[in-house]
Amino acid sequence: MTDAPGSAEERLPEQETVAEFNSSHKSNFHRLLGFLQTTPSAIPLFVLVTAVIIFGILNGNRFFSPFALTLILQQVAIVGIVAVAQSLVILTAGIDLSVGAIAVISSVIMGKFTFDLGIPGELAVLCGLATGLFFGTANGLLVAFVKLPPFIVTLGMWQIVLAANFLYSGSVVIRSEEIAQVAPILQFFGRTITVGGAVFTYGVILLLFLVLLMSYILSQTAWGRHVYAVGDDPDAAELSGVKVKATLVSVYAIGGLICGFAGWALIGRLGSVSPQAGQLANIESITAVVIGGISLFGGRGSVAGTLFGALIVGVFTLGLRLLGADVQWTYLLIGALIIFAVTVDQTIRKVSL
Amino acid sequence: MTSPILTARKLNKRYGRVIAMEDCDFDLMPGEILAVIGDNGAGKSTLIKALSGALRPDSGEIRLEGKPVHFSSPIQAREHGIETVYQTLALSPALTIADNMFMGREILKPGIMGSVFRQLDKKKMQNFARDKLTELGLMTIQNIAQTVETLSGGQRQGVAVARAAAFGTNVVILDEPTAALGVKESRKVLDLIKTVKSKGIPIILISHNMPHVFEVADRIHVHRLGKRLCVVDPKQYSMSDAVALMTGAMAPPDQEAVA
Repeated sequence: MTDAPGSAEERLPEQETVAEFNSSHKSNFHRLLGFLQTTPSAIPLFVLVTAVIIFGILNGNRFFSPFALTLILQQVAIVGIVAVAQSLVILTAGIDLSVGAIAVISSVIMGKFTFDLGIPGELAVLCGLATGLFFGTANGLLVAFVKLPPFIVTLGMWQIVLAANFLYSGSVVIRSEEIAQVAPILQFFGRTITVGGAVFTYGVILLLFLVLLMSYILSQTAWGRHVYAVGDDPDAAELSGVKVKATLVSVYAIGGLICGFAGWALIGRLGSVSPQAGQLANIESITAVVIGGISLFGGRGSVAGTLFGALIVGVFTLGLRLLGADVQWTYLLIGALIIFAVTVDQTIRKVSL
Repeated sequence: MTSPILTARKLNKRYGRVIAMEDCDFDLMPGEILAVIGDNGAGKSTLIKALSGALRPDSGEIRLEGKPVHFSSPIQAREHGIETVYQTLALSPALTIADNMFMGREILKPGIMGSVFRQLDKKKMQNFARDKLTELGLMTIQNIAQTVETLSGGQRQGVAVARAAAFGTNVVILDEPTAALGVKESRKVLDLIKTVKSKGIPIILISHNMPHVFEVADRIHVHRLGKRLCVVDPKQYSMSDAVALMTGAMAPPDQEAVA
C-alpha cells in the first residue's frame, strides 16, 4: 500500500502520453471528417484536379489545351444538366430514373410539334419544356401524396415516358438540316462562343448557369434549406414547420423542367431530334451525383460537387481515349470511384463527432 | 386572482372503440411549470397533441388567453405562440444550429435581395440564435454555424428548447426532455427549464421522471384513464403519492387541491 502512490506516479506520465497520442490522432481524423462533412465537394474537386494533372502529364498538349478541356465540357453538358435535376431529387433522399426519358420526350415534342403541327419553333420549345414540367410534377405528386417510393415511381415513369416517346415519334429521327431550315431556335444550345482555342457551346453555358443558380438557391434561400431538411429527416422537417409535401412536389417538378431544358440542349448537341438519344442519361446522372459527393441518403452534398462529378467522368473518358486505352478502362475506373465515393459518405455519416 | 393562459374543457378523442380522451379538462396558469404525469396509455400524449395542434379533438374547447382556438396543425399552434419540443427534437442533424432554429420561419434580407432574390439573412439569423443560446446559458456551443450532429445529446436538447423559448411567446411544451439524457446532461436541461421559466414563459412538462418533475414543477396534473384525475401541489405530496394516484392505488384528493 505504501509504495502504491509511487508506482501510480511512475505509470501516470506513460498513460498520459498514450492517451494524448490517441486523442490527437483521433482529433486529426475527426477534423478531416468534420471538414468533409461541411464541404462534401472537396473530394471530387481534389480527384478532378488530380485527374486533369495526371492526364495532362501523360497526354501533353493534346489534352492540356483550351480546345480539349472545353471539349470535355461539351461532352458532359447534357449529362451535367440532367445531373443538376438528379441532384435536387437525391438531396431529398429520392432518386429519379426517369430523367433521361423526360429529356428525350421533351426534345421529341419540340421537334414533332414544329414539324407535324407546324407551330413556331419558340412555341414548340415552350411545349417541350412544359412536357418536362408535367412529367416531373407527376413524379412529385406520386411520391409526396400517394407516398410511393421514388425508385418505383420513377422506374414506372421511365418506362411510360420512354414508350410514349417511341409510340409518338415512331422512332423517326428529324434531320439536322431540316431543323436548321425551319426552326433554328431548336438548335439554339448548339451555337458556340470561341475564346482563343476554347469553344463554349450555349449548352455548356446553360450547364454552368444552372449550377450557379441552383447553388445559390440551395444555400441562400429558405426553399433550398427546406430541400436539405426534407432529405435529412422528413418528420423533423414537418414538425419544424416545413411543408414537406409541397417541397417534394416542387423538387420533382423543377427536376422535370430542367430535364426539358436538357432535351432542348440535346437537340443543340446532336443537331437532330432523335428518340433513341439519351438512353443512359439516368444512370450517368446518378453516377455524376454520387461521385460528386451527394449522399444517396439525402440531405448532404452540393450541386457544385455534381458538376465536379460529371467533369471527372468527362476527364477520364477523354484522357483515356487520347492514351489509346480500351474504353472499358473508363467504366472500370468510374465504377471504382462510385464505390469509393459511397464509402466516404457512409464513413462521414457513421462518425458521431 | 389570475386567469389561466391555456385551458381545455371536455376534450374527447376516440380511435375506433378506444377512448383516448374523455371529457378531459386542462389548465395552465401564467408563468408556471405544470408537469403532466400519467401511466403509459393514460392519454397524456393525446392531450398534449391536442394542445400543440398535432391532432384535432372530436369535441371540446381549447382557449388561449380566454379566446377559443382551433388548431389543425402544429404550425397553426406555433402561430399562436405555442411551441413544442418533441421527444425526437425535430432537428435536422446535417444543418446548422441557426438553420434549425429558423426552419420554416426564415428571415429574408431587406430590400431587393430578399423580396426578389429570396436571399436569407444568415447573419441576422445567426446573431439571433447566438443571443438566444447565450440568454439561456448555452454558449458552451462555440460556433453557431456548426451542424447539429456535432453536438452532444444535451446540447441538441438545448438547441430545441432555445428554439421553442425564442418563439414560444405564450406556452412552451416539453415532451420527455430528459428521457434520453444522462445524469449530468439532465441536470443542465432542468436548469435550462428553470431559466426559461424565469423569462416568464409558462411551461408544460411531460415526464416520467418523478425526481425531475418534483424538482421543477409548480403544480402536477395527474392524468388517468383519458382525463385529468387531479392537480396536486408537489410540496404537499410525495413522489410515491403521485405514483399511487397515477396508478389508481390512491384516491384523488378532494377538489380543493385543484387550483
